[in-house]
Amino acid sequence: MRISGKYWTLIFLAALIAVTPLFFPSGYYFRVGSLLFVNGLAVTGIVVLTGYAGQISLGQAGFAGIGGYACALAPVHWGVPPALAVVLGAAVSGVLAYLVGRPILRLKGYYLSVASLGFGILVAMVLNNERELTKGPDGINVPDIGLRGLLSDWGLNLTNGEFWYALTGICLLIGAWIALNLQSSPTGRALRALHGSEVAASTVGIDVARVKIQAFVISAIYASVAGSLMALQNKFVTPDIAGFLHSVEMVTMAVLGGVASVPGAILGAGVLTLLPQVLTVLAEYEQLILGLVMMGVMIFLQEGLVPSILRWFRGRDE
Amino acid sequence: MRKTLITTVPAALIALGLATAAQAVIKIGASVSATGPAAFLGDPEAKTLQMMVDDLNAKGGIKGEKVDLVLYDDGGDANKARTFATRLIEDDGVQAIVGGTTTGTTMAILSAAEDAKVPFVSLAGAIDIVQPVKPYTFKTPHTDRMACQKIFADMQKRGFTKVGLISGTDGFGASMQAQCKDVAGDYGIGIVADETYDPKDADMTAQLTKIKNTAGVQAVLNPGFGQGPAIVTRNYHQLGIELPLYQSHGVASDGFIKLAGAEAAEGVRLPGTALLVADQLPEGDAQKPVVTAYKSAYEAKYNQPVSTFGGYAHDGFALIVDAISRAGSSKPAAIRDALEQTKGFVGTTGIYTMSPEDHLGLDLSAFRMLEVKGGGWTIVN
Amino acid sequence: MSELLQFVFSGITVGAVYALVALGFTIIFNASGVVNFAQGEFVMLGGMITVFAHAAGLPLPLAALIAIVVTAAVGVALNRLAIEPARGAPVVSLIIITIGASIFIRGASQLIFDKQIHSFPAFSGDDPIHVLGATILMQSLWVIGGALAVFAGLWLFFTKTLLGRAVLATSNNRMAAQLVGINTKFVMTLSFALSAAIGAFGGVLVTPITLTAYDVGLALALKGFAAAMLGGMGNPKGALVGGLLLGLLEALTAGYLSSQYKDAAAFVIILAVLFFMPQGLFGRKSTDRV
Repeated sequence: MRISGKYWTLIFLAALIAVTPLFFPSGYYFRVGSLLFVNGLAVTGIVVLTGYAGQISLGQAGFAGIGGYACALAPVHWGVPPALAVVLGAAVSGVLAYLVGRPILRLKGYYLSVASLGFGILVAMVLNNERELTKGPDGINVPDIGLRGLLSDWGLNLTNGEFWYALTGICLLIGAWIALNLQSSPTGRALRALHGSEVAASTVGIDVARVKIQAFVISAIYASVAGSLMALQNKFVTPDIAGFLHSVEMVTMAVLGGVASVPGAILGAGVLTLLPQVLTVLAEYEQLILGLVMMGVMIFLQEGLVPSILRWFRGRDE
Repeated sequence: MRKTLITTVPAALIALGLATAAQAVIKIGASVSATGPAAFLGDPEAKTLQMMVDDLNAKGGIKGEKVDLVLYDDGGDANKARTFATRLIEDDGVQAIVGGTTTGTTMAILSAAEDAKVPFVSLAGAIDIVQPVKPYTFKTPHTDRMACQKIFADMQKRGFTKVGLISGTDGFGASMQAQCKDVAGDYGIGIVADETYDPKDADMTAQLTKIKNTAGVQAVLNPGFGQGPAIVTRNYHQLGIELPLYQSHGVASDGFIKLAGAEAAEGVRLPGTALLVADQLPEGDAQKPVVTAYKSAYEAKYNQPVSTFGGYAHDGFALIVDAISRAGSSKPAAIRDALEQTKGFVGTTGIYTMSPEDHLGLDLSAFRMLEVKGGGWTIVN
Repeated sequence: MSELLQFVFSGITVGAVYALVALGFTIIFNASGVVNFAQGEFVMLGGMITVFAHAAGLPLPLAALIAIVVTAAVGVALNRLAIEPARGAPVVSLIIITIGASIFIRGASQLIFDKQIHSFPAFSGDDPIHVLGATILMQSLWVIGGALAVFAGLWLFFTKTLLGRAVLATSNNRMAAQLVGINTKFVMTLSFALSAAIGAFGGVLVTPITLTAYDVGLALALKGFAAAMLGGMGNPKGALVGGLLLGLLEALTAGYLSSQYKDAAAFVIILAVLFFMPQGLFGRKSTDRV
């Protein structure tokens, strides 16, 4: 049986997630790992929207905010179990993306980016200002997801760090699997067609508006689930999760690694998650170096790390 | 692609391991917001901690044991603060944590510290941090509720019953706004106007005009920190509003008078700490030696005026050092117990006496009502 | 009446600040099609360099001049080192390069200057002018005048001078511009220098009102970007109108509706305008090539 490249990617990712903990010197590495996976999940959504469909959103953090606050509010106010709140948040984000997407996806390039930026800022503003519900800028506690207790009843005792490493790792694998499947599906082909040229795509019978909205909704759900996982893991969430900087961070991760491919985006998430942790030794110079890395990669490896390196390897083989 | 992932991820993780500081006998961890929107608060905190640990080690450490400070900058981001807290506890193996510049970052550190049973002294204001009392969490700043009480008590004394609020929408301003609205009634004060501004706003005359035109308003209170209150004070002067203006402890520094302009700031009152009026304290004031020493050391080293926030970090670090030397042990549980037994400890913010029911240990007397007169702070009696 | 007038004064003051930032976006956008998210850092540099040069003993006008020249040099360096080498990169890569540049400049300023909030004296004193019961500061008039002057200068530049038209030609089709003998490299250098200088000039004018610190750039860039998009990117008239409109919207919302949601109101209006006019108020129509 021949295994396609898609499955090699997944098998490799799974092996990596399973094996690296053997080398972890302390519990802190599980925390960094799960941060990486959560970011990777959000960024995979950006691959669908920007990499496949060619649309730029600077408001993805808005959906992460909805996902995060769904887990803080739904269990307390409506008695929804935290795990189900993730689904609820994703549903709200999806519906909202559909409603917002209809008008704003008509816009192009920078106009789309300012419209999505406006959307993200509106969400952050509501989270900041509706103190009665969200407790405002200082943030709000999020209930425990409760699954860890369940696992230990079955005899599987994990530390908090190990549990979240495993859970977010599995979520990332599922997310990557869906995105990779989508790539080779008819919708995926339609998305890439309109990335090339909208006019050309519509002349071959692709419903451009509908396909764009599909991509936007999918990316919103990814961001929302990532936001939920982050909030549940931290047991605390602040409106910063919906902030402009978080949106920019997500897009940067995706583009840095290579926005056209799932493994590229996940690598980008890895680099930008690990970099600040490594740079703490340089404290004062952290911002300086972060800016340099962003500029350097984009100048010298315009397609992002993974595609550029792949090309380099291929070029050498020939 | 496979190759790159295999080699880069473990390599980066190894680099993380190398970044860990060398072993020392006593390790104190800190995560403060030295950059980001709360840098105005966190920067003096980071500088103070650095200065104090150098000073302590130069004097031989705690009973001959050197102290290693592991300091991280969380940029005011709760998620980052949580990661650094995990790093401090699990990787650096610190015995106590000081930090959490904002309430948001404090809450993120708090849950990690409580889970791991590591004592944590917070530098943020909100009352929720120590109420209800959490076993391992302490804090050094007054609560914003106390600041409101101090201000309203002063207003009550001056016979004001109707007050206008203009608050920043950042965590500091919003939290204090809520607390003030909550306690105003206890002092027979009604909030007749309630406006807000974004911390980055350039002009607040629209909001102030609304307050000015509100019937019966007798005084105005501005909870906030950073440049916002300075601009509010300038606009207040520009509009020629004659009502008394109260600022919060968030701008208790000489820098505020400079930014707002001495003319506009004249007559502004706020609840401040002894630090701001170190040279005016009467001889024999218990805090005088402590605040004078800190002020002169800080200003000599960094060539910047001290701020209340640096003072919070001073007290937080000093409390931990005091607890370690009293406990005669650097085990987290022993430090916690000693912290809880702190009695009559003189800091820059006030004199701390903790108990199992009170993990702040300050009362209203630690606040001094200050007024700007002739371009400087004076104590109101 | 005096209340409305005060809200309008507040709106115009803030709007002129936004307009100055938005105007800075236009030249670089016109020359290269790049929206420079580091534009806010130019404004910050203008303010901060002036503060520190003034504190070092230089008279204010000289300090301001130095700030503008140094910032223009930073703009040229940004073009040479980061934008030119990435020519032909997709829009999203260019966005990230300029965001990277803004993070870099902020990081450097935090090291070179400090993290304190600064200001310098207003040009014509702090006494407000009273008009029909409302007040406005002299410095606000300086900012408004500055925005108008920059607008007029840009308008003349793009419509009346050969160089200005060369900039527009370069933006439309770089290859064709080169073929008709335009030195496109010089055009790019010039536009970055001018944009940076306008940003720094804005920073000098607004600092006595808004105060400054190493991290004020981002918020300014965001508002200026929104204002420029509202008016239509690339059009100086759009930048001026967009900025003033945004400022007025915020002030009137704060005055009559809710100060809590004034920024929300501004963004809702921007979304609404873009819904009906996808190129902003005065934007150029573009057609898709297949």
